[in-house]
Amino acid sequence: MTDELPRANVAADRGGGDAFPAEGQPLLRIEGVAKTFGTFRAVDGVSLDINSGEFFALLGPSGCGKTTLLRMLAGFEAPDEGRILLGGKDIAQALPHERPINMMFQNYALFPHLSVRDNIAFGLKRAGMHRADIATRVAEMVALVKLEGLEKRKPDQLSGGQRQRVALARALARRPQLLLLDEPLAALDKKLRESTQGELMELQRRLGMTFIIVTHDQEEAMTMASRIGVMNAGKLAQVASPRELYEAPRSRWIAEFVGDVNLFDGELKLRDGHRLVIATREAGTLVVAEPREPVSQTKLSVAIRPEKVKLSHRGPVSEAGHETAINSLDGVVADICYLGGISTYKVKLDGGGIVQASVANSARLDVDAYSLNQRVVAWFTPDDCVVLSS
Amino acid sequence: MSEASRLSRFNIASLALGLAFLYLPILILVIYSFNASRLVTVWGGWSLRWYYEFFGDRAMIEAAWMSLRVAVSSANIATLLGTLAAVALSRGERFRGRTLFSGMLYAPLVMPEVIAGLSLLLLFVALNAERGFWTVTIAHTTLTMCFVAVIVQSRLGSLDRSLEEAAMDLGCNPVRAFVAVTLPLIAPAIVAGWMLAFTLSLDDLVIASFTTGPGSATLPIRIYSEVRLGVKPEINAICTLVIALIAVVIVIASLASKLSSSQGESAAPL
Amino acid sequence: MSGRRIFARPARFAAIAPYVWMVLFFLVPFGFVLKISLSQTAIAQPPYEPVFDLMAGWEVLKAAFAALSLDNFKLLVSDDIYVFAYVRSLTVAVTASALLLMIGYPIAYGMARLPRRWQGVAMVLVIVPFWTSFLIRIYAWINILQHDGLLNQILLALHLVSQPVVWLSTDSAMYIGIVYSYLPFMILPLYATLAKMEPVLEEAASDLGAPPWRVFWLVTFPLSLPGVGAGVLLCFIPIVGEFVIPDLLAGSNSLMIGQTLWLEFFTNKDWPVASAAAMVLLVVLLVPLLLYERLQKRQLEQGR
Repeated sequence: MTDELPRANVAADRGGGDAFPAEGQPLLRIEGVAKTFGTFRAVDGVSLDINSGEFFALLGPSGCGKTTLLRMLAGFEAPDEGRILLGGKDIAQALPHERPINMMFQNYALFPHLSVRDNIAFGLKRAGMHRADIATRVAEMVALVKLEGLEKRKPDQLSGGQRQRVALARALARRPQLLLLDEPLAALDKKLRESTQGELMELQRRLGMTFIIVTHDQEEAMTMASRIGVMNAGKLAQVASPRELYEAPRSRWIAEFVGDVNLFDGELKLRDGHRLVIATREAGTLVVAEPREPVSQTKLSVAIRPEKVKLSHRGPVSEAGHETAINSLDGVVADICYLGGISTYKVKLDGGGIVQASVANSARLDVDAYSLNQRVVAWFTPDDCVVLSS
Repeated sequence: MSEASRLSRFNIASLALGLAFLYLPILILVIYSFNASRLVTVWGGWSLRWYYEFFGDRAMIEAAWMSLRVAVSSANIATLLGTLAAVALSRGERFRGRTLFSGMLYAPLVMPEVIAGLSLLLLFVALNAERGFWTVTIAHTTLTMCFVAVIVQSRLGSLDRSLEEAAMDLGCNPVRAFVAVTLPLIAPAIVAGWMLAFTLSLDDLVIASFTTGPGSATLPIRIYSEVRLGVKPEINAICTLVIALIAVVIVIASLASKLSSSQGESAAPL
Repeated sequence: MSGRRIFARPARFAAIAPYVWMVLFFLVPFGFVLKISLSQTAIAQPPYEPVFDLMAGWEVLKAAFAALSLDNFKLLVSDDIYVFAYVRSLTVAVTASALLLMIGYPIAYGMARLPRRWQGVAMVLVIVPFWTSFLIRIYAWINILQHDGLLNQILLALHLVSQPVVWLSTDSAMYIGIVYSYLPFMILPLYATLAKMEPVLEEAASDLGAPPWRVFWLVTFPLSLPGVGAGVLLCFIPIVGEFVIPDLLAGSNSLMIGQTLWLEFFTNKDWPVASAAAMVLLVVLLVPLLLYERLQKRQLEQGR
């Protein structure tokens, strides 16, 4: 199996690599790009840098503009405003076939009248490669995606997973500077999706290529991407690493979109060193850590992930206002949901709100588990909280 | 619930009766074309007599030849123009005069033939064109290209647009993407369109009657004038030959379209 | 510019040739029909006047324009022959469409309920007769319906009748011919909508307690109305202008408008009256034609 594709070879294919970014420059720079369909602003002033070798994910709910943005990168839509610089060259108005970018389509868009081999060779023939070189490259690609022996099959004789691989091989065959993947795993079942995620990451690392993936599945984005851009209503809401996105969401919307979260609205009462004291309506007074960017507003929300909320029969020792202050909330278990690895508890607080806690089921026998209507204390530390402006 | 159990006895009966109604008259006609008796209704044993008679009938042979030539030429032109029209309508988005264009293409599908025939004749008279092979071919092309356009357009409409986008993404300009990807995929519909144009032309009596000139009758015109005089066994034989010809065309064309695209999707003729 | 628009520009060029063709051979001829419908009959070549001669100068042209008149239309409205012909055409078309719907619906319904892989076969079986010549199919019925034809022989053999029934040159024969010729046009649109319908809907209705005929009446039939509309229009419009079937199968005492037009044109050589009759027929059919065109367009453009 031909595992390694030397980078030098890749560069040579792109006509001397003249479109490569200069040192320190991003491979792709999106500058204030906007696109309007009729009166609907699908993409609304997006700016973004993507570095060479990155695995970047565009994440967002359906209709947020992520697919439109991807299609503008591929050349199927032209932006109404802004520039798209690839290696310093503006390609915003270039046609799809003029760009060193390839795309893997959501439904794969395999040519039904062509065999696996001819599908993979399709782009190479357009590039005017020699017959022999095409054969070599196709064999290389077939081996890369482990499709040996299926070269003569037509797409309708392949399984879903195999089709996905053909689509990938076809998009990779031209060795694009940038590979776009539009919901590449959406059509696969859960098990296959998980193993394919791993293979895609491994492939991207080995080829050292730049991938941009569009997905609505946050777990998929978190697993695969080194950086994630979250889009909402045509705008980039946050660009961050998966961890940062989850632990330090920049807005209420992101906190709610990425994972589960408990949110309490309140008012800033006191600022004590690195600690903020916030009075909430539903959960009483909470002590939280001051975020990196100091807050300026007084109306704030406190966000806390369910797995950071601990449950116990009795409250932990805590001194309000002190460095070791711990927020503890009294309540009654109102709902239990057993999910296998974890259980989630909904605790109805005496203050009126509901807090959700996920607890790992670390023992087979649930001697310690809480039962419905049991009085419990839900507690968490100031550092577990994220303060968001309302 | 199994699929078969959805079929009630009423469903089966209506299907069987319907198909019998559609096929029996043609079957009877074919059988009687081999009847040795001159009396159409009396069975006189098997014979090829009426076929010999047809091949000895110069006027009939000439009409058949004329019809074949018109059918092939008009089907060729109609397939070309109809496919172009379908591409423009399904891929051209909005353009000036689109409504008029689509209206002109859909109207002839149901327009009474007497109107179409009359209007074309008046045009040819005004242009002082000599009526014969070319006027009938033009008339048939005008009618049948609309059928081709509808068949090809419905195939284009059901085609996944991302296939064309994928071709462009892989380095094709729009025209090449069309030739390399779209054209092979709509080929079965184009073939079906040609077949339909061919048979419609071969079949047409009314428009041909208006647009042809003296001395260049088509087969349907000849058959029609014979039929008006009463049933003749020779007509049975001619009709059977026409049916056989159309059957051969359909078989060849469907085999060809199957070879050109082995994707299992058969193109419905309508 | 979007992905589709990239394709749109070259696609529009494809319109040029068919556009020019249709304008020349479809649209322009109607101008001639209109003009000649306003002319007078003449014993000349061509058999009408005035003849416009664009080279003859403005005065001559003006005189020619002045010679145009609505006389032919007045004749069509005042002469019972034409009025009756229009009424008969519409009656025949309505009756035949109703018959076609009654006969075609059960067949289409049966097709839609076949197991998937048999549906394709059934569709081909319905379409194939449509490919065999129209004239031949009518001729096949003349064979069967004539005085000593197969139908009378069978009826006599079964002692259902004591002497041969006259079938040819009757309205029954014409209706048989029309139903036979147009049946595929009715079945296919009906089948298309019925096949698209989710069987779950019928199951849900019967699960909610509706007996089979109510399921059909309350769920299946209303949902198939678009197909009914398409099928009826697809049959109604050409039947109104039908010529061959009534000419060969119906009696000659009451003519349909298509026959009248043919007669005026070929037998009486009265081109202006034939043209006027065609114009009126076109106007009568304009509403169903526009309806049909809209339906067709929506159907084709939904697929995108």
